[in-house]
Amino acid sequence: MYAYNDFDEAFVRTRVAQFRGQVERRIDGSLTEDEFKPLRLMNGLYLQLHAYMLRVAVPYGTLNPAQMRQLAYIADRWDKGYGHFTTRQNIQYNWPKLDDVPDMLEALADVEMHALQTSGNTIRNVTADHFAGASADEIEDPRPVAELLRQWSTDHPEFQFLPRKFKIAVSGAKHDRAVTKAHDIGVRMVHNDAGEAGYEIIVGGGLGRTPMVGKVLRAFLPREELLAYCEAIVSVYNLLGRRDNKYKARIKITVHENGLEKMQELVEARFAEIRKGFTGFDQELLQQIERAFAAPAFVSKSTASFEAARLANPAFRSWADTNLAAHKAPGYAIVSISIKKHGQTPGDATSDQMRVMADLAEKYGHSELRISHEQNVILPHVHQADLPAVYAALRAADLATANIGLVSDIIACPGMDYCALATARSIPVAQEIATRFDELKIEHEIGELKIKISGCINACGHHHVGHIGILGLDRAGVENYQITLGGDGTETTTIGTRAGPGFSADDIVPAIERLVTGYLDLRQDAGETFLQAYRRLGMEPFKAILYPAEDKANAA
Amino acid sequence: MPRNFTPKVITANALIAGDAVWFTADNTWSPRISEAELITDEAHADLRLLEAQAHQHEIAGAYLADAKEGANGPEPTHFREAFRTRGPSNYAHGKQVEL
Repeated sequence: MYAYNDFDEAFVRTRVAQFRGQVERRIDGSLTEDEFKPLRLMNGLYLQLHAYMLRVAVPYGTLNPAQMRQLAYIADRWDKGYGHFTTRQNIQYNWPKLDDVPDMLEALADVEMHALQTSGNTIRNVTADHFAGASADEIEDPRPVAELLRQWSTDHPEFQFLPRKFKIAVSGAKHDRAVTKAHDIGVRMVHNDAGEAGYEIIVGGGLGRTPMVGKVLRAFLPREELLAYCEAIVSVYNLLGRRDNKYKARIKITVHENGLEKMQELVEARFAEIRKGFTGFDQELLQQIERAFAAPAFVSKSTASFEAARLANPAFRSWADTNLAAHKAPGYAIVSISIKKHGQTPGDATSDQMRVMADLAEKYGHSELRISHEQNVILPHVHQADLPAVYAALRAADLATANIGLVSDIIACPGMDYCALATARSIPVAQEIATRFDELKIEHEIGELKIKISGCINACGHHHVGHIGILGLDRAGVENYQITLGGDGTETTTIGTRAGPGFSADDIVPAIERLVTGYLDLRQDAGETFLQAYRRLGMEPFKAILYPAEDKANAA
Repeated sequence: MPRNFTPKVITANALIAGDAVWFTADNTWSPRISEAELITDEAHADLRLLEAQAHQHEIAGAYLADAKEGANGPEPTHFREAFRTRGPSNYAHGKQVEL
C-alpha cells in the first residue's frame, strides 16, 4: 500500500503541532469555542452528546496491521477500549478528552494516519470498493486513483471552504460496492468501445434530506484527464453551489437546479481552461502510487484442507458460504469479518479484536485489511488453505458471525446514543432486530437482505438505499421510525419508497419481523431475494403486511 | 402570538471531558441536571444564558433546554436531554456508571 513520502510526513506532523497549539490556546482561554470550532472540525474533532468524538480517516478503507494495532492502542490508551467503524470507511472514537487529542493525532501520525478533512466543507475521505485489488470482477484496482485524489484534495487551497461537504467514491469493478451513485462524484472504471480503460464520471448523487441518484456527467474520460476533470467539477460547484441555504448547498442540488446539460457545459469549459495546467506530473505520481499498490505475491498451494474442513465442520461451512467472496487469484478468497455479532453495536470492535484482525492479516492475509462502508472488516487476500485457521482465530475472538449480507448485517449510524444531530436512536433498533432474527434462526433461509438504519434525515446509515430502510425521527417528543422499501446501493442504485406512517420504538422491531416473514410467503422461491420480490410485486403486498389493521379499517 | 415560556435549564458540554453539564444557581457547572437552576422566566433565562456563555474556559455550546420540576430537582422533558443525563444505551458508559 501507499507509504508516506517526506512531504506527507512533514505535512501531517505540522498539522498535529498546529492543532496542539490551538488546543492549548482554547484551554487557556485565548480562543473562544466559536473561534476553535472550525479548527477542531478541520482536524476531525466533533463535540457530541456525551463527549468529544474523533473521526480518523482510513483512506479508501485500507489499513495495514501496524495501523490496526495502533488504532487498538489509541482505543486503550485514550478511549474506552473500542472503536466504531463507520459507513464512510473511517473509525471514530467516542470518548476522547480534549487535552488528549493532540497526543492521539501524534500516535496516528506515527503510523501514517490522520483525521484531516474528516469534517467540514471540504473534500472528505475518498472511499473505494472494499474488495479493491482482490475481487474477481475487477477491471482495475481503484486505490491508486483514490490515493491520487486524496493527495490532490488534501489541503487543496481552492477547496477548503466549499459550499458544503464533498464526497468522492471510486470503483474499479463491474459490480458497484462503493455506492458511487450516491456520492458527489462517483468514479467508475470502464472500457470504451476501443477497449481502452477510462472512467465514467457520475455527479450529484447523495442521500440526506433530498436523496438523489447520481447522473453521468461524462460517459468516458481518458485516464490521464481525471484530476483536471475532477478539479473542473469541484471548481464549477465552488462558484455555482448555493451558500444561502445549507440544505440546498450540496452539488446534487446544484445539478438538479441547473440541469445536467448546463453542468456539462460549465465543467467542459472549465476543464478546457485548466487542463493545460496539468502537465503530466500527476501521471508520473500515479505511476509511483500504482507501484505501491502492486498485488501481493500470491502463492499456490493445495486447498484440500479447506474442502476437508467444510465437510467436517458445519459451522465453518456456514461461515465460509456466507462470509467469503470470489478472489481474482486461484486458490484465494476474500474474507469479510462480521463486526455485527447479533446484539452487538454494528461496526464496534474492541481493541483485542482489532489486534486479532491485525495478526491474522499479517499471518494469513498479505498484511492487508479493509474497512467496508457496511461497517465490516475485510481480509482481502487469504489462501483457502488458511481459512480453517483464520476461522478458528476469529471464533476465539467472537468475530466469526456468519451473517454477511443477511438480515442481521445491519448498517446503523451512531444515532442519538452519541450524535448531536440525531433525532432518534438507531443502535438499539439494530441490536434488537439482529437479536430477534437470531432467535428465529431464519436469517440464512431469508437470504440476501440489506437493512440500513439512520437516526436522522442526514442518512449516515444509508437508509434510502437499504432494501429495507429505517429512519428514526422525533415525532412530538417521541422516537418514531419510518420504513422505506426497495432501496438499492449497487450499480442499479434506487432510492427506497416510504411505506407509510412510522412506528414507535416498541413497534418497529415487530413490524420488521412481520415484513420479513411476510416476504417469505410472497417470494416465488428461495432464490428470489427480498429486493427482487419487492420489484416484482410492488409496494402494495408489503404495505398490507406492515399495516394490517388499516386494511381491516378500510374493508369495514 | 408568542408561545408560553416553558421552564428551562442551561446545559453545555464540559470543555475538557466533553460530558454534559448543567448551570447551577451558584454559577457553577454540575454533571447532574438535578442541581441545575430551573428557570421559569424568559427574561431571566436570556440573561442567565449570557452569563453561562461567559464561562468559555469551562464549557462549550451552552443552550437552554426544556425541563420540569421533579422530586429531586429539575428533570428533562425530552428524550434527547434525558439521554444526556445518562449516557448511551448500548454500553454502560458515561454518567449512568460514572455518577
